Amino acid sequence: MTTTTTTTAPWAASDAGAPATSTPVIELAGGRKTYRSGSIEFEALRGVDLRIDRGEYVAIMGPSGSGKSTLMNVLGCLDVLTTGEYRLAGNDVGELDEIDLATLRNEEIGFVFQQFHLLPSLSAWRNVELPLMYRGTQRAERKERASAALERVGLGDRLENRPGELSGGQQQRVAVARALVGEPALILADEPTGNLDTVSTEDVLALFDELHAQGRTIVLITHEPEVAERARRVVRVRDGVIQSDGPASALHDDRGYLHHDENGGVR
Amino acid sequence: MSWGETLSTGWHAIRAHSMRSLLTVLGILIGIAAVILTVGLGLGTQKDVSAQISSLGSNLLIVTPGSTTSSAGVRGGFGSSTTLTVADSEALASQTAAPDVEAVAPEKSASESLENGDTNWTTTVVGTTPSWTDVRSRTLAQGRFLTADDDTDQATNIVLGSETATELFGSPYAVGRTVTINDVSFTVVGVLSSAGASSSDDLDDTAVVPLATMASTIVGGTNRTSVSTIYVKAVGTDEISAAYQETQNLLLNLHGITNADNADFTVSSQDALVSTATSVYRTLTVLLTGIAALSLLVGGIGVMNIMLVSVTERTREIGLRKALGAPPTAIRRQFLTEASILGLSGGIVGAGLGILAAKVLPDVLDSSIVVSMPAVFGSIAIALAIGLVFGVYPAVRAARLAPIDALRSE
Repeated sequence: MTTTTTTTAPWAASDAGAPATSTPVIELAGGRKTYRSGSIEFEALRGVDLRIDRGEYVAIMGPSGSGKSTLMNVLGCLDVLTTGEYRLAGNDVGELDEIDLATLRNEEIGFVFQQFHLLPSLSAWRNVELPLMYRGTQRAERKERASAALERVGLGDRLENRPGELSGGQQQRVAVARALVGEPALILADEPTGNLDTVSTEDVLALFDELHAQGRTIVLITHEPEVAERARRVVRVRDGVIQSDGPASALHDDRGYLHHDENGGVR
Repeated sequence: MSWGETLSTGWHAIRAHSMRSLLTVLGILIGIAAVILTVGLGLGTQKDVSAQISSLGSNLLIVTPGSTTSSAGVRGGFGSSTTLTVADSEALASQTAAPDVEAVAPEKSASESLENGDTNWTTTVVGTTPSWTDVRSRTLAQGRFLTADDDTDQATNIVLGSETATELFGSPYAVGRTVTINDVSFTVVGVLSSAGASSSDDLDDTAVVPLATMASTIVGGTNRTSVSTIYVKAVGTDEISAAYQETQNLLLNLHGITNADNADFTVSSQDALVSTATSVYRTLTVLLTGIAALSLLVGGIGVMNIMLVSVTERTREIGLRKALGAPPTAIRRQFLTEASILGLSGGIVGAGLGILAAKVLPDVLDSSIVVSMPAVFGSIAIALAIGLVFGVYPAVRAARLAPIDALRSE
């Protein structure tokens, strides 16, 4: 694959302070996804080019039906492209079978979901250790790393609590700890604040800010401008294509949802 | 994910729905307990019957009146015919005519009431010859057995079984006492030793009188020389078939019958009796075990049902685990493990229950139950296999779920 086909935002590398030569976390070129249901074909993605470098904090925005969920599934290796190329941390996803995809998700992606998706019968640290379990890490090390990850999100004193004994914000922080524990290349958050009140939303977003400051790559899918503006870069998706891609500050300038200025001419 | 972790995850999932899991296990549990009990009951009955037949004595041939109607040993006209006589018995005892026969004991029996003053006891009174103790392998606890002189003199001497003596006199020490049968007084000259381990009480509840006395005093009537059974004891185990031939041929000669098919008597060996009884009970056991196995099958379907419910109910969990990097094999293995745990625990608890019931039930049923270890371990293995087999379909369905669909399900 050649990187020339990939749209690279000029601020991307400098913003994160990562060397321009490092492998991008996400390289998506000509991404198309067609769903077929009987004789009806629906094209959810119609040629998406996207490059996200290490250390970036990107929000993907779009109304429902825009293809943003499909994009998230593709980026999360939960679904594969019909045509086009997708490289995650240098791995060509199109060539992988189901088992390798599972391994790739396990090692390179930390998911944070809107509904938290914690297992209700397991304690906080048991939930956090799950990715390490499928990696075959020894139990003692798993406990240590899970505890450290929970410590990191400020829940060091809630290791043995079950999700039901935690508030919504705390549950989502457990989910973030679970996303962090495997040291993935990418943290992929799907509407992480969709089920939270304003206080918990701020709580979780502050956590993302901190993680970004530490150099983590974060991709956040949302439809709330307040959430998107916390990211450094905002990608707008509409009708299966990228409509705009620019710095989050553009949101402030415009307050408009249709920002057509490609390649971030604002800065 | 290691096997240990898969096991603990499975156990955890089962514990999370303890009531449902318990009810599922119950189906298998009942099936396994039923299999163990029916197999045990069948084996126990076979053992009882064999013990009863061998308690007659050893190396025995039993000659009864009436002809065999089938090769399986079903006797026709037993008890109604009076074709066997004292003369037959005496001929069989002859060393020259039947060299492989060691001893012969004719029996003429009837159910009679024995009286000791006000005490009444009805038992089987047997008229026989002195060789009876040898042929039937019985010994005396006290006193003496009947002698040849008793027979010749038609003496009114009687030997009692230990239980009969106890019933009549309150203790087995009855030698010298008197019992009355049909207004004839008999002197007790001996008491038989208990026949021991046999579950049958009949062996100890009996009374023995000289054959001649039996014919003249107790039974009377016209058939004074007829006997109901002739017990023939072969010289040794190896001579049983020779003794059988000699008995058959001699009696055919004496009765003037040329074609063995028209014989008016039946000679059966203990082995034949045992195998006939055994085959009947084996058929019964197979039938009952089949019914029990059906309930196991139903239990297995219960496991599949619950596992399918579990897969549907835990679709989101499956989706999440897959998103976090669980390969399809890990998901499949997890559900298979859960189904196997259900099957195995049903098997183990069911086997325990079956063994417990096998200890308690014989007292109630008056029939012994033999717990066969191959049946116990076999049924536990079958229970595990049922869990595995009926777990495959739900497990494959779980492993096939697409993670996105699974995550989005409500």
